[in-house]
Amino acid sequence: MENYNLVIIGGGPAGLAAAISAYDKGEKNILILERENKLGGILNQCIHNGFGLHTFNEELTGPEYAYRFIEEVEKRHIKYMLNTTVINLSKDKEIRALSEDGLLIIKAKAIILACGCRERPRGGINIAGSRCAGIYSAGTAQKLVNIDGFMPGKEVVILGSGDIGLIMARRMVFEGAKVKAVVELLPYSSGLNRNIVQCLNDFNIPLLFSHTVVEIKGKDRVESVIIAEVDERLNPKMDTCEEIKCDTLLLSVGLLPENELARGADVNISRITRGAVVDDSLMTSIDGVFECGNVLHVHDLVDYVSEEAKEAGIKAYEYINSKAKKVYPKTEIETDSLVRYTVPELIINNEDYNPLTIKLRVSNVFKKVRLEVKADDEVIFSKARPVVAPGEMEKIDLKEDQVKKLRSSKHILVYLKKVE
Amino acid sequence: MKEFICINCPLGCHLVVDDSDKNNIIVTGNTCPRGKTYGINEILNPKRMVTSSVCVLNGENNVVSVKTKEAIPKGLIFDSLEILKNIKVNAPVHIGDVIVKNVLNTNVDIIATRNVERI
Ligand SMILES: Cc1cc2nc3c(=O)[nH]c(=O)nc-3n(C[C@H](O)[C@H](O)[C@H](O)COP(=O)(O)OP(=O)(O)OC[C@H]3O[C@@H](n4cnc5c(N)ncnc54)[C@H](O)[C@@H]3O)c2cc1C
Ligand code: SF4
Repeated sequence: MENYNLVIIGGGPAGLAAAISAYDKGEKNILILERENKLGGILNQCIHNGFGLHTFNEELTGPEYAYRFIEEVEKRHIKYMLNTTVINLSKDKEIRALSEDGLLIIKAKAIILACGCRERPRGGINIAGSRCAGIYSAGTAQKLVNIDGFMPGKEVVILGSGDIGLIMARRMVFEGAKVKAVVELLPYSSGLNRNIVQCLNDFNIPLLFSHTVVEIKGKDRVESVIIAEVDERLNPKMDTCEEIKCDTLLLSVGLLPENELARGADVNISRITRGAVVDDSLMTSIDGVFECGNVLHVHDLVDYVSEEAKEAGIKAYEYINSKAKKVYPKTEIETDSLVRYTVPELIINNEDYNPLTIKLRVSNVFKKVRLEVKADDEVIFSKARPVVAPGEMEKIDLKEDQVKKLRSSKHILVYLKKVE
Repeated sequence: MKEFICINCPLGCHLVVDDSDKNNIIVTGNTCPRGKTYGINEILNPKRMVTSSVCVLNGENNVVSVKTKEAIPKGLIFDSLEILKNIKVNAPVHIGDVIVKNVLNTNVDIIATRNVERI
Protein backbone atom coordinates (compact mmCIF):
# COMPACT_ATOMS: atom_id res chain seq x y z
CA MET A 1 0.00 0.00 0.00
CA GLU A 2 1.19 3.48 -0.86
CA ASN A 3 0.43 6.65 1.07
CA TYR A 4 -0.09 10.15 -0.26
CA ASN A 5 -1.38 13.32 1.34
CA LEU A 6 -3.46 14.26 -1.69
CA VAL A 7 -4.65 12.01 -4.50
CA ILE A 8 -6.43 13.55 -7.47
CA ILE A 9 -8.53 11.25 -9.63
CA GLY A 10 -8.65 12.53 -13.21
CA GLY A 11 -6.00 14.49 -15.12
CA GLY A 12 -8.30 16.80 -17.09
CA PRO A 13 -8.38 20.57 -16.62
CA ALA A 14 -10.02 20.18 -13.21
CA GLY A 15 -7.48 17.70 -11.87
CA LEU A 16 -4.55 19.70 -13.23
CA ALA A 17 -5.71 23.04 -11.80
CA ALA A 18 -6.45 21.45 -8.41
CA ALA A 19 -2.97 19.88 -8.30
CA ILE A 20 -1.26 23.15 -9.17
CA SER A 21 -3.11 25.20 -6.56
CA ALA A 22 -2.62 22.63 -3.77
CA TYR A 23 1.07 22.50 -4.64
CA ASP A 24 1.44 26.27 -4.66
CA LYS A 25 -0.22 26.44 -1.26
CA GLY A 26 2.45 24.13 0.08
CA GLU A 27 1.29 20.55 -0.44
CA LYS A 28 4.08 18.69 -2.23
CA ASN A 29 2.92 15.12 -1.65
CA ILE A 30 0.43 14.81 -4.52
CA LEU A 31 -0.46 12.05 -6.97
CA ILE A 32 -2.67 12.44 -10.05
CA LEU A 33 -4.27 9.29 -11.49
CA GLU A 34 -5.41 9.37 -15.14
CA ARG A 35 -6.85 6.49 -17.11
CA GLU A 36 -5.94 7.82 -20.58
CA ASN A 37 -2.43 7.85 -22.02
CA LYS A 38 -2.23 11.65 -21.86
CA LEU A 39 -3.11 14.37 -19.40
CA GLY A 40 -5.63 16.98 -20.52
CA GLY A 41 -8.96 15.16 -20.39
CA ILE A 42 -11.74 15.91 -22.83
CA LEU A 43 -9.91 19.04 -24.03
CA ASN A 44 -7.55 16.92 -26.12
CA GLN A 45 -10.36 16.25 -28.58
CA CYS A 46 -11.88 19.76 -28.51
CA ILE A 47 -9.72 21.23 -31.25
CA HIS A 48 -11.97 24.25 -31.87
CA ASN A 49 -11.13 27.68 -30.52
CA GLY A 50 -12.96 29.48 -27.74
CA PHE A 51 -11.18 28.22 -24.64
CA GLY A 52 -9.47 30.38 -22.10
CA LEU A 53 -10.96 33.75 -23.02
CA HIS A 54 -11.48 34.49 -19.31
CA THR A 55 -8.24 32.99 -18.00
CA PHE A 56 -5.69 33.94 -20.64
CA ASN A 57 -7.51 36.66 -22.59
CA GLU A 58 -6.70 34.65 -25.66
CA GLU A 59 -8.71 32.34 -27.87
CA LEU A 60 -7.07 28.99 -27.43
CA THR A 61 -8.08 25.57 -28.70
CA GLY A 62 -8.74 22.79 -26.19
CA PRO A 63 -5.35 21.03 -26.49
CA GLU A 64 -3.52 24.36 -26.19
CA TYR A 65 -5.46 25.30 -23.06
CA ALA A 66 -4.76 21.89 -21.51
CA TYR A 67 -1.11 22.15 -22.44
CA ARG A 68 -0.66 25.37 -20.45
CA PHE A 69 -1.74 23.50 -17.34
CA ILE A 70 0.22 20.34 -18.17
CA GLU A 71 3.38 22.46 -18.45
CA GLU A 72 2.72 23.94 -15.01
CA VAL A 73 2.29 20.45 -13.54
CA GLU A 74 5.53 19.30 -15.18
CA LYS A 75 7.40 22.38 -13.95
CA ARG A 76 6.46 21.55 -10.38
CA HIS A 77 7.34 17.88 -10.83
CA ILE A 78 3.93 16.87 -9.54
CA LYS A 79 3.70 13.11 -9.77
CA TYR A 80 1.13 11.58 -12.12
CA MET A 81 0.36 8.10 -13.42
CA LEU A 82 -1.18 7.58 -16.86
CA ASN A 83 -3.08 4.51 -18.11
CA THR A 84 -4.28 4.08 -14.55
CA THR A 85 -7.98 3.63 -13.90
CA VAL A 86 -9.38 4.02 -10.43
CA ILE A 87 -11.91 1.25 -9.90
CA ASN A 88 -12.88 1.75 -6.30
CA LEU A 89 -12.92 4.35 -3.57
CA SER A 90 -13.73 3.53 0.05
CA LYS A 91 -15.14 5.66 2.84
CA ASP A 92 -11.82 5.68 4.65
CA LYS A 93 -10.13 7.11 1.57
CA GLU A 94 -8.51 4.00 0.21
CA ILE A 95 -8.20 3.88 -3.57
CA ARG A 96 -7.94 0.84 -5.78
CA ALA A 97 -6.61 1.42 -9.26
CA LEU A 98 -5.60 -0.72 -12.22
CA SER A 99 -2.39 0.28 -13.92
CA GLU A 100 -0.08 -1.42 -16.38
CA ASP A 101 1.67 -2.95 -13.36
CA GLY A 102 -1.51 -4.39 -11.93
CA LEU A 103 -3.58 -3.46 -8.93
CA LEU A 104 -2.55 -0.47 -6.83
CA ILE A 105 -3.83 0.28 -3.36
CA ILE A 106 -3.32 3.85 -2.27
CA LYS A 107 -4.29 5.54 0.97
CA ALA A 108 -4.79 9.29 0.97
CA LYS A 109 -5.38 11.99 3.59
CA ALA A 110 -7.51 13.91 1.11
CA ILE A 111 -8.95 13.03 -2.30
CA ILE A 112 -10.17 15.27 -5.08
CA LEU A 113 -12.54 13.65 -7.54
CA ALA A 114 -12.04 15.28 -10.95
CA CYS A 115 -13.34 12.54 -13.24
CA GLY A 116 -15.32 14.75 -15.62
CA CYS A 117 -18.51 13.65 -17.30
CA ARG A 118 -19.60 11.36 -20.06
CA GLU A 119 -22.28 11.54 -22.69
CA ARG A 120 -25.76 10.27 -22.18
CA PRO A 121 -25.97 7.09 -24.26
CA ARG A 122 -28.71 6.22 -26.76
CA GLY A 123 -30.31 3.97 -24.15
CA GLY A 124 -31.06 7.09 -22.16
CA ILE A 125 -33.36 8.38 -24.88
CA ASN A 126 -35.89 6.21 -26.60
CA ILE A 127 -35.78 6.01 -30.38
CA ALA A 128 -37.44 3.18 -32.23
CA GLY A 129 -35.73 1.33 -35.00
CA SER A 130 -32.79 -0.89 -35.74
CA ARG A 131 -29.45 -0.95 -33.96
CA CYS A 132 -27.52 -0.45 -37.15
CA ALA A 133 -24.06 1.07 -37.64
CA GLY A 134 -23.69 4.80 -38.13
CA ILE A 135 -25.03 5.99 -34.78
CA TYR A 136 -22.49 7.77 -32.62
CA SER A 137 -22.53 10.09 -29.69
CA ALA A 138 -21.21 13.49 -30.78
CA GLY A 139 -18.25 13.17 -28.42
CA THR A 140 -17.25 9.79 -29.81
CA ALA A 141 -17.43 11.22 -33.33
CA GLN A 142 -15.30 14.14 -32.14
CA LYS A 143 -12.64 11.78 -30.86
CA LEU A 144 -12.70 9.72 -34.06
CA VAL A 145 -12.31 12.75 -36.33
CA ASN A 146 -9.95 14.89 -34.27
CA ILE A 147 -7.64 12.32 -32.74
CA ASP A 148 -7.84 9.23 -34.92
CA GLY A 149 -8.42 11.06 -38.21
CA PHE A 150 -11.38 8.87 -39.11
CA MET A 151 -14.58 10.24 -40.65
CA PRO A 152 -17.69 8.44 -39.40
CA GLY A 153 -19.93 9.31 -42.37
CA LYS A 154 -20.90 11.56 -45.28
CA GLU A 155 -24.52 12.59 -44.72
CA VAL A 156 -25.26 13.51 -41.19
CA VAL A 157 -28.22 14.35 -38.96
CA ILE A 158 -27.52 15.56 -35.44
CA LEU A 159 -29.99 15.09 -32.61
CA GLY A 160 -29.53 17.68 -29.86
CA SER A 161 -28.27 21.24 -30.15
CA GLY A 162 -25.91 21.31 -27.19
CA ASP A 163 -22.49 22.77 -27.84
CA ILE A 164 -20.87 19.46 -28.72
CA GLY A 165 -23.49 18.79 -31.39
CA LEU A 166 -23.09 22.28 -32.83
CA ILE A 167 -19.31 22.09 -32.87
CA MET A 168 -19.46 18.68 -34.55
CA ALA A 169 -21.84 19.97 -37.22
CA ARG A 170 -19.19 22.44 -38.41
CA ARG A 171 -16.41 19.90 -37.97
CA MET A 172 -18.18 17.37 -40.21
CA VAL A 173 -18.76 20.06 -42.85
CA PHE A 174 -15.06 20.96 -42.72
CA GLU A 175 -14.20 17.33 -43.39
CA GLY A 176 -16.43 17.23 -46.46
CA ALA A 177 -19.66 15.81 -45.03
CA LYS A 178 -23.13 17.22 -45.57
CA VAL A 179 -24.98 18.02 -42.38
CA LYS A 180 -28.66 17.86 -43.27
CA ALA A 181 -30.14 19.13 -40.03
CA VAL A 182 -29.71 19.62 -36.33
CA VAL A 183 -32.85 18.46 -34.56
CA GLU A 184 -33.69 19.90 -31.12
CA LEU A 185 -36.47 18.60 -28.90
CA LEU A 186 -36.88 21.85 -26.95
CA PRO A 187 -38.03 25.20 -28.33
CA TYR A 188 -34.57 26.64 -27.59
CA SER A 189 -30.96 25.49 -27.78
CA SER A 190 -28.80 24.78 -24.76
CA GLY A 191 -25.78 25.74 -26.88
CA LEU A 192 -24.07 29.11 -27.00
CA ASN A 193 -25.33 31.70 -29.50
CA ARG A 194 -21.86 31.99 -30.81
CA ASN A 195 -21.87 28.30 -31.74
CA ILE A 196 -25.29 28.51 -33.36
CA VAL A 197 -24.07 31.38 -35.52
CA GLN A 198 -20.58 30.17 -36.34
CA CYS A 199 -21.26 26.44 -36.60
CA LEU A 200 -24.73 26.33 -38.18
CA ASN A 201 -25.78 29.67 -39.69
CA ASP A 202 -22.40 30.20 -41.36
CA PHE A 203 -22.96 26.97 -43.30
CA ASN A 204 -26.74 27.18 -43.75
CA ILE A 205 -27.38 24.12 -41.62
CA PRO A 206 -31.03 24.09 -40.54
CA LEU A 207 -31.76 23.97 -36.80
CA LEU A 208 -35.20 22.48 -36.18
CA PHE A 209 -36.59 23.39 -32.77
CA SER A 210 -39.35 21.33 -31.13
CA HIS A 211 -38.50 18.34 -33.31
CA THR A 212 -37.17 14.90 -32.54
CA VAL A 213 -36.02 11.73 -34.23
CA VAL A 214 -38.76 9.12 -33.89
CA GLU A 215 -37.25 6.31 -35.91
CA ILE A 216 -33.95 5.19 -37.36
CA LYS A 217 -34.12 3.21 -40.60
CA GLY A 218 -31.51 0.94 -42.17
CA LYS A 219 -30.31 -2.65 -42.07
CA ASP A 220 -26.56 -2.73 -41.54
CA ARG A 221 -26.01 0.99 -41.71
CA VAL A 222 -28.27 3.97 -41.08
CA GLU A 223 -30.14 4.82 -44.30
CA SER A 224 -32.48 7.50 -43.04
CA VAL A 225 -34.14 8.93 -39.95
CA ILE A 226 -37.74 9.91 -39.43
CA ILE A 227 -38.19 13.21 -37.63
CA ALA A 228 -41.36 14.77 -36.27
CA GLU A 229 -42.48 17.93 -34.56
CA VAL A 230 -43.34 17.64 -30.87
CA ASP A 231 -46.19 19.21 -28.91
CA GLU A 232 -45.87 21.27 -25.71
CA ARG A 233 -45.50 18.10 -23.69
CA LEU A 234 -42.68 17.00 -25.99
CA ASN A 235 -44.70 14.14 -27.50
CA PRO A 236 -44.13 13.65 -31.23
CA LYS A 237 -47.00 14.64 -33.52
CA MET A 238 -47.02 11.65 -35.81
CA ASP A 239 -48.78 13.48 -38.67
CA THR A 240 -45.72 15.72 -39.04
CA CYS A 241 -43.29 12.87 -39.78
CA GLU A 242 -40.66 13.51 -42.38
CA GLU A 243 -37.87 11.27 -43.66
CA ILE A 244 -34.30 12.53 -44.01
CA LYS A 245 -31.79 10.39 -45.90
CA CYS A 246 -28.47 10.08 -44.09
CA ASP A 247 -25.79 7.54 -43.24
CA THR A 248 -24.91 8.90 -39.83
CA LEU A 249 -26.81 10.06 -36.76
CA LEU A 250 -24.93 11.92 -34.06
CA LEU A 251 -26.48 12.12 -30.61
CA SER A 252 -25.72 15.17 -28.54
CA VAL A 253 -28.29 14.72 -25.84
CA GLY A 254 -26.50 15.79 -22.72
CA LEU A 255 -23.75 14.98 -20.32
CA LEU A 256 -23.77 13.13 -17.03
CA PRO A 257 -21.16 13.46 -14.29
CA GLU A 258 -19.01 10.35 -14.00
CA ASN A 259 -19.87 9.51 -10.42
CA GLU A 260 -19.50 5.75 -10.08
CA LEU A 261 -16.58 6.12 -7.68
CA ALA A 262 -18.43 8.56 -5.43
CA ARG A 263 -21.53 6.36 -5.47
CA GLY A 264 -19.47 3.32 -4.55
CA ALA A 265 -18.23 5.17 -1.48
CA ASP A 266 -21.78 6.23 -0.53
CA VAL A 267 -21.15 9.91 -1.15
CA ASN A 268 -24.41 11.89 -1.14
CA ILE A 269 -25.32 12.54 -4.78
CA SER A 270 -27.61 15.35 -5.93
CA ARG A 271 -30.61 14.10 -7.84
CA ILE A 272 -30.48 17.14 -10.06
CA THR A 273 -26.83 17.65 -10.99
CA ARG A 274 -25.96 13.95 -10.55
CA GLY A 275 -22.76 15.24 -8.98
CA ALA A 276 -21.96 15.09 -5.27
CA VAL A 277 -23.68 17.36 -2.78
CA VAL A 278 -20.89 19.68 -1.62
CA ASP A 279 -20.50 22.47 0.90
CA ASP A 280 -18.79 25.74 0.12
CA SER A 281 -15.36 24.16 0.56
CA LEU A 282 -16.33 21.71 -2.22
CA MET A 283 -16.22 18.87 0.29
CA THR A 284 -18.61 15.97 -0.24
CA SER A 285 -20.45 14.10 2.50
CA ILE A 286 -17.24 12.16 3.16
CA ASP A 287 -14.76 14.09 5.24
CA GLY A 288 -11.68 14.92 3.14
CA VAL A 289 -13.19 13.92 -0.21
CA PHE A 290 -13.67 16.88 -2.57
CA GLU A 291 -15.19 17.26 -6.02
CA CYS A 292 -14.65 19.79 -8.79
CA GLY A 293 -15.11 20.24 -12.53
CA ASN A 294 -17.60 18.36 -14.65
CA VAL A 295 -17.91 15.49 -12.20
CA LEU A 296 -19.52 17.96 -9.78
CA HIS A 297 -21.81 19.65 -12.28
CA VAL A 298 -21.58 20.12 -16.02
CA HIS A 299 -19.82 23.40 -16.83
CA ASP A 300 -20.05 25.18 -20.15
CA LEU A 301 -16.78 27.06 -19.89
CA VAL A 302 -13.52 25.38 -19.05
CA ASP A 303 -12.34 28.62 -17.41
CA TYR A 304 -14.95 28.09 -14.70
CA VAL A 305 -13.78 24.50 -14.31
CA SER A 306 -10.23 25.69 -13.70
CA GLU A 307 -11.43 28.33 -11.24
CA GLU A 308 -13.50 25.87 -9.24
CA ALA A 309 -10.70 23.29 -9.25
CA LYS A 310 -8.21 25.86 -7.99
CA GLU A 311 -10.49 26.42 -5.03
CA ALA A 312 -10.76 22.65 -4.42
CA GLY A 313 -6.97 22.37 -4.37
CA ILE A 314 -6.70 25.12 -1.77
CA LYS A 315 -9.44 23.63 0.39
CA ALA A 316 -7.87 20.18 0.22
CA TYR A 317 -4.56 21.68 1.31
CA GLU A 318 -6.26 23.44 4.23
CA TYR A 319 -8.03 20.25 5.20
CA ILE A 320 -4.83 18.21 5.21
CA ASN A 321 -2.99 20.83 7.26
CA SER A 322 -5.63 21.88 9.76
CA LYS A 323 -4.79 20.50 13.17
CA ALA A 324 -8.07 20.46 14.99
CA LYS A 325 -10.76 19.39 12.56
CA LYS A 326 -13.75 21.21 13.88
CA VAL A 327 -17.08 20.19 12.42
CA TYR A 328 -19.52 23.04 11.87
CA PRO A 329 -23.22 22.75 11.13
CA LYS A 330 -24.27 23.52 7.57
CA THR A 331 -27.29 25.28 6.11
CA GLU A 332 -28.86 23.91 2.97
CA ILE A 333 -29.50 26.42 0.19
CA GLU A 334 -33.11 26.30 -0.91
CA THR A 335 -34.26 27.37 -4.37
CA ASP A 336 -37.55 28.27 -6.00
CA SER A 337 -38.75 26.29 -9.00
CA LEU A 338 -37.13 28.71 -11.48
CA VAL A 339 -33.68 27.83 -10.16
CA ARG A 340 -32.78 24.26 -10.98
CA TYR A 341 -29.79 23.86 -8.69
CA THR A 342 -27.00 25.64 -6.89
CA VAL A 343 -23.41 24.57 -6.25
CA PRO A 344 -22.55 24.52 -3.41
CA GLU A 345 -25.73 23.20 -1.88
CA LEU A 346 -24.53 23.61 1.70
CA ILE A 347 -23.09 26.64 3.48
CA ILE A 348 -20.81 26.06 6.46
CA ASN A 349 -21.86 28.01 9.55
CA ASN A 350 -18.40 29.08 10.65
CA GLU A 351 -16.97 32.55 10.95
CA ASP A 352 -14.75 32.60 7.88
CA TYR A 353 -15.14 35.76 5.86
CA ASN A 354 -13.61 34.57 2.60
CA PRO A 355 -15.39 35.60 -0.59
CA LEU A 356 -17.79 32.99 -1.88
CA THR A 357 -19.40 32.19 -5.22
CA ILE A 358 -22.70 30.41 -5.66
CA LYS A 359 -23.17 28.90 -9.12
CA LEU A 360 -26.55 27.97 -10.46
CA ARG A 361 -28.59 27.02 -13.45
CA VAL A 362 -32.11 28.17 -14.15
CA SER A 363 -34.88 25.84 -15.28
CA ASN A 364 -36.03 27.68 -18.40
CA VAL A 365 -35.39 30.81 -20.48
CA PHE A 366 -36.56 33.87 -18.55
CA LYS A 367 -36.37 37.50 -19.59
CA LYS A 368 -36.14 40.54 -17.31
CA VAL A 369 -35.52 38.93 -13.97
CA ARG A 370 -33.53 39.65 -10.84
CA LEU A 371 -31.35 37.00 -9.31
CA GLU A 372 -31.67 37.25 -5.53
CA VAL A 373 -30.41 35.65 -2.35
CA LYS A 374 -32.30 35.78 0.92
CA ALA A 375 -30.55 35.03 4.22
CA ASP A 376 -33.26 34.41 6.80
CA ASP A 377 -35.66 37.21 5.80
CA GLU A 378 -33.20 39.71 4.45
CA VAL A 379 -32.40 40.07 0.74
CA ILE A 380 -28.59 40.18 0.77
CA PHE A 381 -27.98 40.02 -2.97
CA SER A 382 -29.91 41.22 -5.98
CA LYS A 383 -28.73 41.47 -9.56
CA ALA A 384 -30.73 42.38 -12.69
CA ARG A 385 -30.45 39.89 -15.53
CA PRO A 386 -31.96 40.86 -18.91
CA VAL A 387 -32.06 37.20 -19.88
CA VAL A 388 -31.13 33.90 -18.26
CA ALA A 389 -31.08 30.49 -19.92
CA PRO A 390 -30.47 26.91 -18.76
CA GLY A 391 -27.47 26.72 -21.08
CA GLU A 392 -25.55 29.46 -19.29
CA MET A 393 -24.35 29.00 -15.75
CA GLU A 394 -25.09 32.00 -13.53
CA LYS A 395 -22.69 33.10 -10.82
CA ILE A 396 -23.40 34.98 -7.64
CA ASP A 397 -20.24 36.55 -6.22
CA LEU A 398 -20.73 37.42 -2.59
CA LYS A 399 -18.62 39.90 -0.68
CA GLU A 400 -17.41 39.58 2.86
CA ASP A 401 -20.36 41.17 4.63
CA GLN A 402 -22.80 39.16 2.55
CA VAL A 403 -20.93 35.95 3.28
CA LYS A 404 -21.00 36.77 6.97
CA LYS A 405 -24.78 37.06 6.91
CA LEU A 406 -25.11 33.90 4.86
CA ARG A 407 -23.00 31.88 7.26
CA SER A 408 -25.03 32.87 10.29
CA SER A 409 -28.50 32.33 8.85
CA LYS A 410 -30.77 29.35 9.26
CA HIS A 411 -32.61 29.75 5.96
CA ILE A 412 -30.97 30.58 2.66
CA LEU A 413 -33.06 31.01 -0.47
CA VAL A 414 -31.76 31.56 -4.01
CA TYR A 415 -34.48 32.60 -6.43
CA LEU A 416 -35.46 34.54 -9.53
CA LYS A 417 -37.78 37.49 -9.29
CA LYS A 418 -39.66 38.58 -12.39
CA VAL A 419 -39.66 42.33 -12.97
CA GLU A 420 -42.23 44.10 -15.10
CA MET B 1 -31.11 43.67 -45.93
CA LYS B 2 -29.33 40.96 -44.03
CA GLU B 3 -30.14 39.27 -40.74
CA PHE B 4 -27.70 38.22 -38.04
CA ILE B 5 -27.73 37.09 -34.45
CA CYS B 6 -25.35 39.11 -32.31
CA ILE B 7 -22.95 36.74 -30.53
CA ASN B 8 -21.46 39.18 -28.05
CA CYS B 9 -23.68 38.30 -25.12
CA PRO B 10 -26.32 35.71 -24.17
CA LEU B 11 -29.17 38.02 -25.17
CA GLY B 12 -28.51 37.13 -28.81
CA CYS B 13 -30.29 40.10 -30.38
CA HIS B 14 -31.67 39.53 -33.86
CA LEU B 15 -30.07 42.22 -35.98
CA VAL B 16 -31.43 43.48 -39.26
CA VAL B 17 -28.76 45.24 -41.26
CA ASP B 18 -29.55 47.53 -44.17
CA ASP B 19 -26.42 47.64 -46.33
CA SER B 20 -27.89 49.24 -49.45
CA ASP B 21 -25.56 52.17 -48.82
CA LYS B 22 -22.14 50.80 -47.83
CA ASN B 23 -21.16 54.17 -46.40
CA ASN B 24 -24.20 54.32 -44.20
CA ILE B 25 -24.99 50.85 -42.92
CA ILE B 26 -28.03 50.84 -40.69
CA VAL B 27 -28.32 48.28 -37.92
CA THR B 28 -31.61 47.71 -36.13
CA GLY B 29 -32.63 45.19 -33.48
CA ASN B 30 -29.53 45.69 -31.35
CA THR B 31 -29.91 46.42 -27.66
CA CYS B 32 -26.47 47.98 -27.21
CA PRO B 33 -23.68 49.53 -29.31
CA ARG B 34 -21.71 46.29 -29.47
CA GLY B 35 -24.47 44.85 -31.62
CA LYS B 36 -24.12 47.74 -34.07
CA THR B 37 -20.37 47.21 -34.43
CA TYR B 38 -20.92 43.49 -34.85
CA GLY B 39 -23.57 43.98 -37.55
CA ILE B 40 -21.38 46.38 -39.52
CA ASN B 41 -18.37 44.04 -39.31
CA GLU B 42 -20.42 41.09 -40.46
CA ILE B 43 -21.24 43.07 -43.62
CA LEU B 44 -17.90 44.72 -44.32
CA ASN B 45 -15.36 42.15 -43.20
CA PRO B 46 -16.62 39.00 -41.50
CA LYS B 47 -13.75 36.93 -40.16
CA ARG B 48 -13.47 33.50 -38.57
CA MET B 49 -10.77 31.46 -36.99
CA VAL B 50 -10.44 28.13 -38.79
CA THR B 51 -9.65 24.99 -36.79
CA SER B 52 -9.13 21.63 -38.42
CA SER B 53 -6.53 18.88 -38.62
CA VAL B 54 -3.88 17.61 -41.03
CA CYS B 55 -2.37 14.17 -41.64
CA VAL B 56 0.75 13.15 -39.74
CA LEU B 57 3.27 10.54 -40.86
CA ASN B 58 5.08 8.34 -38.32
CA GLY B 59 3.25 9.91 -35.40
CA GLU B 60 1.55 8.53 -32.33
CA ASN B 61 -1.71 9.83 -33.85
CA ASN B 62 -2.80 9.93 -37.51
CA VAL B 63 -3.69 13.61 -37.41
CA VAL B 64 -2.62 16.79 -35.68
CA SER B 65 -5.00 19.62 -34.91
CA VAL B 66 -4.30 23.07 -36.39
CA LYS B 67 -5.69 26.59 -36.32
CA THR B 68 -5.29 29.84 -38.18
CA LYS B 69 -3.29 31.98 -35.79
CA GLU B 70 -5.82 34.76 -36.23
CA ALA B 71 -9.22 35.00 -37.84
CA ILE B 72 -9.23 35.06 -41.65
CA PRO B 73 -11.92 36.38 -44.00
CA LYS B 74 -14.96 34.13 -43.81
CA GLY B 75 -14.99 33.65 -47.58
CA LEU B 76 -11.61 31.91 -47.43
CA ILE B 77 -12.61 29.15 -44.99
CA PHE B 78 -13.11 26.44 -47.60
CA ASP B 79 -10.07 27.44 -49.67
CA SER B 80 -7.89 27.12 -46.59
CA LEU B 81 -9.43 23.74 -45.74
CA GLU B 82 -8.67 22.59 -49.30
CA ILE B 83 -4.99 23.44 -48.75
CA LEU B 84 -4.95 21.56 -45.44
CA LYS B 85 -6.46 18.48 -47.07
CA ASN B 86 -3.36 17.99 -49.18
CA ILE B 87 -0.79 18.50 -46.46
CA LYS B 88 1.10 15.72 -44.73
CA VAL B 89 3.55 16.56 -41.97
CA ASN B 90 6.19 14.38 -40.42
CA ALA B 91 6.12 13.69 -36.70
CA PRO B 92 7.16 15.03 -34.30
CA VAL B 93 4.92 18.09 -34.46
CA HIS B 94 4.66 20.55 -31.58
CA ILE B 95 2.24 23.22 -30.46
CA GLY B 96 2.96 26.42 -32.39
CA ASP B 97 4.81 24.76 -35.31
CA VAL B 98 3.91 26.56 -38.53
CA ILE B 99 2.04 24.20 -40.86
CA VAL B 100 1.17 26.73 -43.60
CA LYS B 101 2.88 30.09 -43.84
CA ASN B 102 0.80 33.09 -44.85
CA VAL B 103 -2.19 31.09 -45.93
CA LEU B 104 -3.85 32.50 -49.10
CA ASN B 105 -1.87 35.72 -48.66
CA THR B 106 -3.81 36.68 -45.56
CA ASN B 107 -0.61 37.25 -43.58
CA VAL B 108 -1.91 34.64 -41.17
CA ASP B 109 -0.07 31.37 -40.50
CA ILE B 110 -1.71 28.06 -39.77
CA ILE B 111 -0.10 26.46 -36.73
CA ALA B 112 -0.27 23.15 -34.88
CA THR B 113 -2.32 23.12 -31.68
CA ARG B 114 -1.16 19.87 -30.13
CA ASN B 115 1.93 17.74 -29.80
CA VAL B 116 2.20 14.53 -31.79
CA GLU B 117 5.36 12.61 -31.00
CA ARG B 118 7.18 10.29 -33.37
CA ILE B 119 6.84 6.55 -32.88
C1 LIG C 1 -17.21 17.96 -26.49
C2 LIG C 1 -17.02 19.12 -25.56
C3 LIG C 1 -16.85 20.41 -26.07
C4 LIG C 1 -16.57 21.49 -25.22
N1 LIG C 1 -16.38 22.74 -25.74
C5 LIG C 1 -15.99 23.78 -24.92
C6 LIG C 1 -15.68 25.09 -25.44
O1 LIG C 1 -15.83 25.35 -26.64
N2 LIG C 1 -15.25 26.06 -24.59
C7 LIG C 1 -15.10 25.80 -23.26
O2 LIG C 1 -14.66 26.69 -22.52
N3 LIG C 1 -15.43 24.58 -22.74
C8 LIG C 1 -15.86 23.57 -23.53
N4 LIG C 1 -16.16 22.33 -23.01
C9 LIG C 1 -16.15 22.16 -21.57
C10 LIG C 1 -14.79 21.76 -21.01
O3 LIG C 1 -14.03 21.06 -21.93
C11 LIG C 1 -15.05 20.90 -19.86
O4 LIG C 1 -15.83 21.65 -18.98
C12 LIG C 1 -13.75 20.47 -19.16
O5 LIG C 1 -12.96 19.68 -20.02
C13 LIG C 1 -14.08 19.70 -17.91
O6 LIG C 1 -12.90 19.37 -17.24
P1 LIG C 1 -12.81 18.18 -16.23
O7 LIG C 1 -11.39 18.09 -15.82
O8 LIG C 1 -13.84 18.33 -15.20
O9 LIG C 1 -13.24 16.87 -17.05
P2 LIG C 1 -12.50 16.09 -18.23
O10 LIG C 1 -11.83 16.99 -19.17
O11 LIG C 1 -13.52 15.15 -18.77
O12 LIG C 1 -11.38 15.24 -17.47
C14 LIG C 1 -11.65 14.15 -16.63
C15 LIG C 1 -10.48 13.20 -16.65
O13 LIG C 1 -10.66 12.20 -15.66
C16 LIG C 1 -10.27 10.96 -16.16
N5 LIG C 1 -10.96 9.91 -15.42
C17 LIG C 1 -12.30 9.72 -15.29
N6 LIG C 1 -12.58 8.66 -14.52
C18 LIG C 1 -11.39 8.16 -14.12
C19 LIG C 1 -11.01 7.05 -13.31
N7 LIG C 1 -11.92 6.25 -12.75
N8 LIG C 1 -9.69 6.83 -13.11
C20 LIG C 1 -8.76 7.64 -13.68
N9 LIG C 1 -9.06 8.69 -14.46
C21 LIG C 1 -10.35 8.95 -14.68
C22 LIG C 1 -10.67 11.03 -17.63
O14 LIG C 1 -9.94 10.13 -18.41
C23 LIG C 1 -10.36 12.48 -17.98
O15 LIG C 1 -9.06 12.64 -18.46
C24 LIG C 1 -16.49 21.25 -23.84
C25 LIG C 1 -16.71 19.96 -23.34
C26 LIG C 1 -16.98 18.90 -24.16
C27 LIG C 1 -17.23 17.53 -23.57
S1 SF4 D 1 -26.58 43.82 -29.27
FE1 SF4 D 1 -25.70 44.07 -27.23
S2 SF4 D 1 -27.28 43.23 -25.92
FE2 SF4 D 1 -27.77 42.47 -27.96
S3 SF4 D 1 -26.69 40.47 -28.10
FE3 SF4 D 1 -25.31 42.02 -28.90
S4 SF4 D 1 -24.03 42.56 -27.14
FE4 SF4 D 1 -25.85 41.55 -26.33
